[in-house]
Amino acid sequence: MTRSPLHHEHVALGATMVEFAGWDMPVRYSSDVAEHRAVREAAGLFDISHMGEIAVRGPQAAAGLDAAVVSGMERVPIRTAKYTMICTAHGGVIDDLIVYRRDWDHFIIVANAANVDTVFAELTQRLADYDATVTNITDQVSLLAVQGPVAQQIVTRMCVVGADDVRALAPYTWCTVMLDGDIHALAARTGYTGEDGFELFVVPDDAVAVWRLALAVGEPLGLVPCGLSARDTLRLEAGMPLYGHELTTLTTPYDVGLGRVVQTAAARVLLPPDARGSARLSDHKQPRGNFVGQHALAAAKEAHDAALADPASAPAQARVLVGLVGQSGRVARAGYEVFAGEDHVGIVSSGAPSPTLGKPVAMAMVHPRVSAPGTALDIDVRGRRETMAVTALPLYRRRAS
Amino acid sequence: MSSIPSDLLYSAEHEWVSGDAEPGSEVTVGITDHAAKALGDVVYVELPSVGDTVTAGQVCGELESSKAVSELYSPVTGTVTAVNDALSSSPSAINDEPYGAGWIFRAEVEAEVDLLDADAYTAHVS
Repeated sequence: MTRSPLHHEHVALGATMVEFAGWDMPVRYSSDVAEHRAVREAAGLFDISHMGEIAVRGPQAAAGLDAAVVSGMERVPIRTAKYTMICTAHGGVIDDLIVYRRDWDHFIIVANAANVDTVFAELTQRLADYDATVTNITDQVSLLAVQGPVAQQIVTRMCVVGADDVRALAPYTWCTVMLDGDIHALAARTGYTGEDGFELFVVPDDAVAVWRLALAVGEPLGLVPCGLSARDTLRLEAGMPLYGHELTTLTTPYDVGLGRVVQTAAARVLLPPDARGSARLSDHKQPRGNFVGQHALAAAKEAHDAALADPASAPAQARVLVGLVGQSGRVARAGYEVFAGEDHVGIVSSGAPSPTLGKPVAMAMVHPRVSAPGTALDIDVRGRRETMAVTALPLYRRRAS
Repeated sequence: MSSIPSDLLYSAEHEWVSGDAEPGSEVTVGITDHAAKALGDVVYVELPSVGDTVTAGQVCGELESSKAVSELYSPVTGTVTAVNDALSSSPSAINDEPYGAGWIFRAEVEAEVDLLDADAYTAHVS
């Protein structure tokens, strides 16, 4: 197993370690529920060094990426973090990604740990004919996350340069900062918990110092280290998909309610720097060029829209992603079958007890005709049926601040 | 390091048993600290019912946690005489006091059974 640069910190804190995507990672430090609650009420600190990073650079980096992923990349402003997906030619999801535009010709792609090699191979192949380089920089980057209502207070206090920039960050944008200890970092207002929060990119040699700085600054404000167990229940409550569960090569972005990442409309694009040296937006909107999977995805969109318009007539295999909330304590888990009466209508993609709702919750792929909120469905939980109610996602939404 | 009290008996499926578990005796059953740590926070316990017959090595309940569900195996053969109803409102007692307030059920033992002593269980989990 690969070890994070923070491995000894986790062990010293008494974390229970598990293997995840080939990495030795903390599943919990103290209590799954306490860690989850800390993120909802104060803040949590996550080691996400297992995520993969790929750099794409060059005069045709934007054009090449635009053809490789389902969202428009030429239109992404500098200092924006764009959530997107890379799909097969059949429209199936290879991975969900966040793409950070560092410059007009420089992108950093963050991929799921389990998919880094696949995504790197795909991007290399898809950009082969473009004037751009694709480099796997995973071992040159450490990623930590501070998530929760007081995350901004913590991260600004960690900065010696850039605190005002951090405060001003809109969601899904990033800035560079200098942290106490002369540590350069990129701070992105992104996360996987449904709370406000930041993901900090540092070089691996600085990871321990940044981890300890976050704890020193954050513990008085309620920050606790959080493991993979809390990470999963947080993202599940927030209705966020997990690759291998909601997202697979057999699902399209439309199946999981994320059709918005497939961008086909024209938009203004970022032009290379002019004589004065600054990149600027084009005056006119440019149509999207070809991208991998676009035809299959256009058909998938049509089928999806038709299924939602007339669920009763949707093909037997049609599926949409729904949230489910249970009553009893028995928990529906990934892979459990879903029934409406005696009809098999779908399968659970993720499930866990929700600390915030105090009930078992799940996400499931079900036939559109049983997808209306309020519909009662029965899940086969190890031989006995448990009733859960279809509930609109997300199951938890943070209070507007 | 999980705690393994020396005055209890244990099953290979990580339950503890009070007393000597001889036929005719009443025993208290719970899960070990090792099992509770592996599960993480227990959020729901499905208990057997008073009067149920239980059989050594067979499933008699379930424990749900964030990350996993664990079946509860009866370490003895006999009849359930009491269950810890407090676990429905405080399942976390299993994590906080697995050998005390986190007890799960009591049973009258009706057959001989082979259980591990503390040393043997310690070896089993090493």
